[in-house]
Amino acid sequence: MQAFDYVAAKSLSEAVNLLTKYRDQARILSGGTDLIVQVRENHRQVGMMVDIKGVPEVNTLSYNGSLEIGASVPCYKIYSNEAIKSNFPALVDATSIIGGVQIQSRASVGGNLCNASPAADSIPALIILGTQCVVNGPDGERSVAVEDFCDGPGQTALESNELLVKLVIPTPAPNASSFYLRFTPRNEMDIAVVGAGAAVELSADHQTFVSARIALGAVAPTPLFADDASSLLAGKPVSDESIEEACEAAKDIATPISDMRGTAAQRTHLVGVLTRRALNGAINRIKEGS
Amino acid sequence: MSRKVHVQTQINGENVEFLCEPRQSMLEVLRNELDLTGAKEGCNNGNCGACTIIVEGRPVNSCCMLGVEAEGKEIQTIEGVATPEGLHPLQQKFLEHAALQCGICTPGFIMNAKVLLETNPNPTEEEVRFWLAGNLCRCTGYDKIIRAVLDTTETTGVSTNG
Ligand code: FES
Ligand code: FES
Repeated sequence: MQAFDYVAAKSLSEAVNLLTKYRDQARILSGGTDLIVQVRENHRQVGMMVDIKGVPEVNTLSYNGSLEIGASVPCYKIYSNEAIKSNFPALVDATSIIGGVQIQSRASVGGNLCNASPAADSIPALIILGTQCVVNGPDGERSVAVEDFCDGPGQTALESNELLVKLVIPTPAPNASSFYLRFTPRNEMDIAVVGAGAAVELSADHQTFVSARIALGAVAPTPLFADDASSLLAGKPVSDESIEEACEAAKDIATPISDMRGTAAQRTHLVGVLTRRALNGAINRIKEGS
Repeated sequence: MSRKVHVQTQINGENVEFLCEPRQSMLEVLRNELDLTGAKEGCNNGNCGACTIIVEGRPVNSCCMLGVEAEGKEIQTIEGVATPEGLHPLQQKFLEHAALQCGICTPGFIMNAKVLLETNPNPTEEEVRFWLAGNLCRCTGYDKIIRAVLDTTETTGVSTNG
């Protein structure tokens, strides 16, 4: 592996100072399950690895009016958390299919986001849940909506002297739930051919959509918020027709490529199938009272 | 080349100190610096699980962890699984069920299955298969491995009320 220096930062300011000093040469190390492989395979040049797992702020996991997930919290802590299981089930869906358990022991949602893969499973889940990304840098803290965080494959809104600190997710309404799923040839240890998530709020009698948020993975250079598909559901009856209309609108924004995982045509078709299943999955969870 | 770092850690219950470069993975440190060659290198990219060790009670691919990250951690490797009194029940069951052929994948399967049984003493077959999905075996066809793990749950009596 290429040589680099390593510092286990103890505070946010220490991490930011190192980023400011080394800029493009520095990388933040959290779970390392993407970064270490990328460095070993020379997909990334790194002069300084800044391990932030010892920084208190990136390890928070709390639910107090809103859910706060520190950038380094590993997947297994997220899917084992009772508050997340009952209020943010799409996050459980997504984090429990990222790699196998060995990966889930280390890989974080923050890292999944900063790695900015178009096929990252947790990003559509974060988008539908209305997540804000709290970023720290030399000028202090700022917040970025998660759907604006990724700029392209491996590219994010972070400046080279900034780091992601935590993700903040608002509490869902009473008649609301969420669902994420993906299509893969293998049940586990695979990368999404297409991913789709939906968060839905229904009227108290479960007959009408109050609001919905739909997001897609692996059908564009970044995970997508399906804005039109989401907003057209507001006020519509909960019916196959409304859902079908949203699925068609979701397909309209997909611009997938053809590669060894699937053709563009198959991926576009899958957007329709998975969006329907994600919406129905979220609706069923509301009805089951989960 | 960057300077070597002094690391203090605990491996299989013993305090261990070593020097390593930041670029050395935990797997390289175990195998090349500490002569603990039980953890194997299969893919070196997080896909095969042959390098699985236990860090702070969790299964981890040691090829996707830096040696310097071991500082202050409690680590278990396959070398610490058997005791002077005998094999661990999982090792015994792997032998009885012929759950290995070449054996390259075995240390990783044992370490990962050990954590499974510690966190979920009576898993279903489906739970065993999902938990072990990050371990690849090119010899056995998996079925014997799954049987061996399931048989361990029934015979160790860790929990039989499930
Ligand atoms: S060698 Fe580490 S997962 Fe394959
Ligand atoms: S026994 Fe040969 S790879 Fe599993």
